[in-house]
Amino acid sequence: MNAASTSSKADAPSQPAASAPDRGEVMNGAEILVACLEREGVDAIFAYPGGASMPIHQALTRSKKIRTVLPRHEQGGVFAAEGYARSTGRAGVCMATSGPGATNLVSGIADAYMDSIPLVAITGQVPQEMIGKGAFQETDVFGMTLPVVKHSYLVWDINDIPRIVKEAFHVAQSGRPGPVLIDLPKNIQNQKTQPIFPARANLRGYDLPQGVDELALNELIGLIGNAKKPMIYCGGGVISAGASVELRELVERTGIPVATTLMGIGNFPESHPLSLKWLGMHGTVYANNAVNESDLLLAIGVRFDDRVTGKVEKFAEHGTIVHIDIDASEINKNKVVRLPIIADVKVALARLNALLAKAGWERNPNAGGAQGRFAAWDQQIVEWKTANPLKFKETADETIQPQHAIRLLWELTRGEAIITTGVGQHQMWAGQFYDFLHPRSFITSAGLGAMGFGYPAALGAKVAHPEREVIDIDGDGSFLMNVQELACAKVEHIAAKAIILNNQHLGMVVQWEDRFYGSNRGHTYLGDPRQPGAIYPDYVKICEGFGVKCERVSKKSELRAALERMLAAQEPYVLDVMVPYTEHVLPMIPAGMTYKDIIKE
Amino acid sequence: MRHTLSVVVENKFGVLARIAGMFSGRGFNIDTLNVGPTLDPNTSHLTIVVRGDDAVLEQVTKQLNKLVDVISIQDFRDDEFVDRELVLMRVKVDAATRSEVMQICDIFRAKIVDVQHKNLLIEITGHEGKINKFLRLMQNFGITDLARTGKLAMSRSEAA
Repeated sequence: MNAASTSSKADAPSQPAASAPDRGEVMNGAEILVACLEREGVDAIFAYPGGASMPIHQALTRSKKIRTVLPRHEQGGVFAAEGYARSTGRAGVCMATSGPGATNLVSGIADAYMDSIPLVAITGQVPQEMIGKGAFQETDVFGMTLPVVKHSYLVWDINDIPRIVKEAFHVAQSGRPGPVLIDLPKNIQNQKTQPIFPARANLRGYDLPQGVDELALNELIGLIGNAKKPMIYCGGGVISAGASVELRELVERTGIPVATTLMGIGNFPESHPLSLKWLGMHGTVYANNAVNESDLLLAIGVRFDDRVTGKVEKFAEHGTIVHIDIDASEINKNKVVRLPIIADVKVALARLNALLAKAGWERNPNAGGAQGRFAAWDQQIVEWKTANPLKFKETADETIQPQHAIRLLWELTRGEAIITTGVGQHQMWAGQFYDFLHPRSFITSAGLGAMGFGYPAALGAKVAHPEREVIDIDGDGSFLMNVQELACAKVEHIAAKAIILNNQHLGMVVQWEDRFYGSNRGHTYLGDPRQPGAIYPDYVKICEGFGVKCERVSKKSELRAALERMLAAQEPYVLDVMVPYTEHVLPMIPAGMTYKDIIKE
Repeated sequence: MRHTLSVVVENKFGVLARIAGMFSGRGFNIDTLNVGPTLDPNTSHLTIVVRGDDAVLEQVTKQLNKLVDVISIQDFRDDEFVDRELVLMRVKVDAATRSEVMQICDIFRAKIVDVQHKNLLIEITGHEGKINKFLRLMQNFGITDLARTGKLAMSRSEAA
């Protein structure tokens, strides 16, 4: 493998080979930062100003290339930057001032870290001579974020800004992506110098895997040849690598069925007969059965998360596990595997496909099924699918089941929308009942599980993809956590939509109360307890205050037309859908249990 | 099991906090940690003694490697390295015990660096076994103060 193919990340700009630095005009530190962002191809920054970042905002007003989007809370800003990053593969950029601005970014930075999302977070800092003195709005954001960043910088010399920004984008976007923090003291923003822009980052301690071990790939082909019940379990690493095309080819050459993780949704079209949708705690029965009963498990771009494996010692215990990942530290971290392959997933799969082709494994778009290599295994999976489809009880009356609303949205958008979510029951149902066709279409806070993620993430995705329909499927609890971003949507003309599946409760916690705490409600009712039965808060009125169109729908017969009106809108739009709080997300494997303990009813 | 790791890092802001935080955040145990400059002023050298089985060591090494500021890691095994520690201690003495302590210091090539009426300040360097044995002997007289550098290590052969 040559170096060129290893650096061909999704949309991430690769490093040029030439290394001639470039000298700029004399400007201040803030202007240098903005010039560096422009050079990295940044076209949008989600930034909330404050005392320690004002010079940068001043410089941004003069940028012709960067759109500055003003969120109404720094957390909204960082989640929007993540929505941008998750939908494009390019680093999302957000900025906040020192102190409370910086601390408000922390949840989003942690979120990007857990889900390996490229993010460059910039914070203003108090002037150098004030650092450590307990100055107004001073926090040690560098120290505070150490456990949740891929890397971070406190700028101490104006001449370092171009190098640091170059490195920050390189580190954030290459290898296993992640968040990088740049903390920039205000006095440096105001100093002046003639910047020297480096052509490439030079980090001797930062090695990316080059090429792929051919012997291991040949061993893998041997394992596939001998397998009777192989499965692919693939995750966000395939999306980060931009390797969905290669994954598709691998499946079409081998006929191996595919289950994804929540992060891997969209890797492989869920309309395909060999798709088993996703596995784990609320994954499909058939995906969990197939992965656990497989005799060969190809784990690609995954990290054996506890929500996927349940009791990890019992996970896929009878199968041979092959783990392909770009991050060596994921190998044997949670699960010891037979054959580790440390490589860029795109490089590994492309080479694997080439070797398969050479060995006579023809590509067949209709791989699998009765004519396929694993016909008996396929037959078993079909039986599981038939016996245990994803399902919910359709109501005879006008009650709207939340799953029904999502299924209808899927039908009306033909599975082509970018969907974001908050965290909770609605998130799981969105994954279950919307069938995804493309990578980077399901944008969700998976690892951290940060409520309030959905709507700001939708704004970021919409900024990056103004031509696409972007819809936040949210819960009433999650939506309220960043409700202030309706102002951002309205004022910035960002036509992201939101569907609130409003059950007036913290649904997922209610579900756990029902299952594990005798239905005793521990502060999980979000309505006004003095007015039971009344809807609280009133999202229609809230939206009116923000100048955003909103409609409430409570009857099933009116839902389709209401969704159509929402989809027809060319502006931000909220659809408040009243649903019962009694529904449970099923199936469910309780935490720490195995696929055999799955609850279906 | 205890392992000795020799780690070369960029001499940059916060690098020690980053490494210490990685250990605490992932639940690894550091026995000793020593940091100092190297020939190259841009790098620092850490000797870390870590406790854990092979799986822990594998994770520690990989997680260290992931840190952008970590340049190289060497995991020392039995014979391929030399390790030393420097210890300063204050030992209680009186007229009856002073000469015995001084004799033991001689045998261990420890240095008496300060003498007070009721105690001696002793410096000793050496590998772990020797130092532990010396400390056990001195405990009989009474150690009232102790400062240790932690282990320093270097491979016998030049790094590739």
